[in-house]
Amino acid sequence: MTDKLGEPIVEIIDLHKWFGNFHVLKGINLKVYRQERIVICGPSGSGKSTLIRCINRLEEHQKGKIIVDGIELTSNIKNIEKIRSEVGMVFQHFNLFPHLTVLENLTLGPIWVRKMPKKEAEEIAMHFLEKVHIADQAHKYPGQLSGGQQQRVAIARSLCMSPKIMLFDEPTSALDPEMIKEVLDVMIELAQEGMTMIVVTHEMGFAKKVAHRVLFMDGGTIVEGNTPEEFFSNPKHERTKLFLSQILH
Amino acid sequence: MTENEAVVKPPPSDIGILGWLRKNLFNTWYNSLLTIVTIFFLWKSIPPFIKWAFFDAAWFSPPKVCRQIDGACWSVITKNIRFILFGFYPYEQQWRPLIAMLILFALLYYSKERSHWNKRLFYYWLVGLAVMGILMKGGIFGLPSVESTKWGGLPLTLLLSVFGLTAAYPLGVILALGRRSKMPAIKTLCVLYIELIRGVPLISLLFMGSIIFPLFLPEGITISKILRAQVAIILFTAAYIAEVVRGGLQAIPKGQYEAAASLGLNYYLTMRLIILPQALRIVIPPTVSVLISAFKDTSLVVIIALYDVLKTTQTVLSDPQWMGFSREAYIFLAILYFLGCFSMSQFSRKLEKELDTGR
Ligand SMILES: Nc1ncnc2c1ncn2[C@@H]1O[C@H](COP(=O)(O)OP(=O)(O)OP(=O)(O)O)[C@@H](O)[C@H]1O
Ligand SMILES: [Mg+2]
Repeated sequence: MTDKLGEPIVEIIDLHKWFGNFHVLKGINLKVYRQERIVICGPSGSGKSTLIRCINRLEEHQKGKIIVDGIELTSNIKNIEKIRSEVGMVFQHFNLFPHLTVLENLTLGPIWVRKMPKKEAEEIAMHFLEKVHIADQAHKYPGQLSGGQQQRVAIARSLCMSPKIMLFDEPTSALDPEMIKEVLDVMIELAQEGMTMIVVTHEMGFAKKVAHRVLFMDGGTIVEGNTPEEFFSNPKHERTKLFLSQILH
Repeated sequence: MTENEAVVKPPPSDIGILGWLRKNLFNTWYNSLLTIVTIFFLWKSIPPFIKWAFFDAAWFSPPKVCRQIDGACWSVITKNIRFILFGFYPYEQQWRPLIAMLILFALLYYSKERSHWNKRLFYYWLVGLAVMGILMKGGIFGLPSVESTKWGGLPLTLLLSVFGLTAAYPLGVILALGRRSKMPAIKTLCVLYIELIRGVPLISLLFMGSIIFPLFLPEGITISKILRAQVAIILFTAAYIAEVVRGGLQAIPKGQYEAAASLGLNYYLTMRLIILPQALRIVIPPTVSVLISAFKDTSLVVIIALYDVLKTTQTVLSDPQWMGFSREAYIFLAILYFLGCFSMSQFSRKLEKELDTGR
């Protein structure tokens, strides 16, 4: 079904990355199409974070090609900044700006990167805060919010830049169980509206519900990728089976 | 909440003055002993000091009278106040530095409130600086010209410190950023600068500025001694500020840089909007320590014969009439410096509180 969606928004061709002598990513090939939702799972240290951080060049790759929305990622700083402003990223530890209020966290990008008038930026910010069900906290500082609330603010902060694709790096793994749901709910709503998403997570319920494809990474390669139904009921590789048996008990 | 929980009073021994005394000053035998010894010393020193400084003191008497009394001779200050405050600035013109100082104090006081920090404040300062400059230097609007070699006393101290500190702070921040730069040339330059400057005492910088530096200037060009001292103070203080700020930069987690980058902010905006506001806030206390010691260090300009307020006071004391009243004079100076330092530290605490976002 994916090839009906036309040009891929992210295209990764034979991607290699080393940390010093350590070969982290060993030839990754991946196409992500518009409105597609991809979940990446795999054991710790398999290179999941590194892979999605390469997509907005928080990590630099040494070999291969990454093309985002038609622009190839090279060391050209202007291209990098352009791509980063089109790609939203949500981190495991939220990374909100603690010295700014929630509202200021959200308007910062639109005002300074998109050069939007302050008033307009604030309207957009309030719109997305409502969307993540947290508009009443707009004038608090991040330090006064719970983890789940902070993560929803972080999602809204990315949305304010009207990103073409959103990257999530284990967005719920630093949260207490009762807060995981509120964040996942927001992400599911986002998915239902057709946002293109690449999500690193071990929340298999989420994967079953919204993913078009689930990828399993191990040792710096994508071992297998399939629709959630196939992936969970009929994994092909031994390593995938072992991993699934561990996380699904 | 049940009724039993509602009103539980603290035990009576913990409340009231007596309770406080017992708890804090007489809770153990050695604490009681310390308290008694301290009270004894205070009793022995405070009342005689008050007697000396106030009851037996002479405030406006001539030096001859002063020598016959037991108390403090504050007339060494009151009779010489204009020389102490303004040095060799022409006597009839001394209203000019006075007004300049008042403008400076007003501006500083107005700048204290964060709600006033906007474009308008910037223009106030520009106008204020221009007016202060014209007042001090003269030469236009019918004000007789006064060479900077005649400037002295408190205006000089304030000039050196206010401009020294305000220029050193941004320079220090830039040096700190440079030291963490990924570009090797910039980094090396900043490291060299910081380490070289921190490796020499301020006195030697002042000497270099006043004696060695002019030797390299082409014939006929002179740069005022005050300016050279000013530059030396700025360069010196900036190196210390840089290291303090670097500490603050290191305390900012990597995630902040990454979050800023993932919004598409460039280096300059990331630093200005995200990193520096947090880093500089963290290092307010050590920064103020550096600034306070720099403020006091401006008194070192005496060694290159600039007449700052310390030097003018010493000059008064070397007058045979007033010899021997150094206690009073130095107490006065100490109070002056204390006021300066104390207001800086008060301001920093206020700022810290206002910037606290409960992280
Ligand atoms: N900055 C770095 N320098 C050196 N090695 C790194 C760096 N970042 C990650 N690594 C190594 O690269 C490997 C892959 O890291 P990565 O964070 O991508 O794993 P991950 O799949 O996201 O794991 P986890 O589930 O624990 O988050 C790990 O072995 C890690 O130790
Ligand atoms: Mg990871």
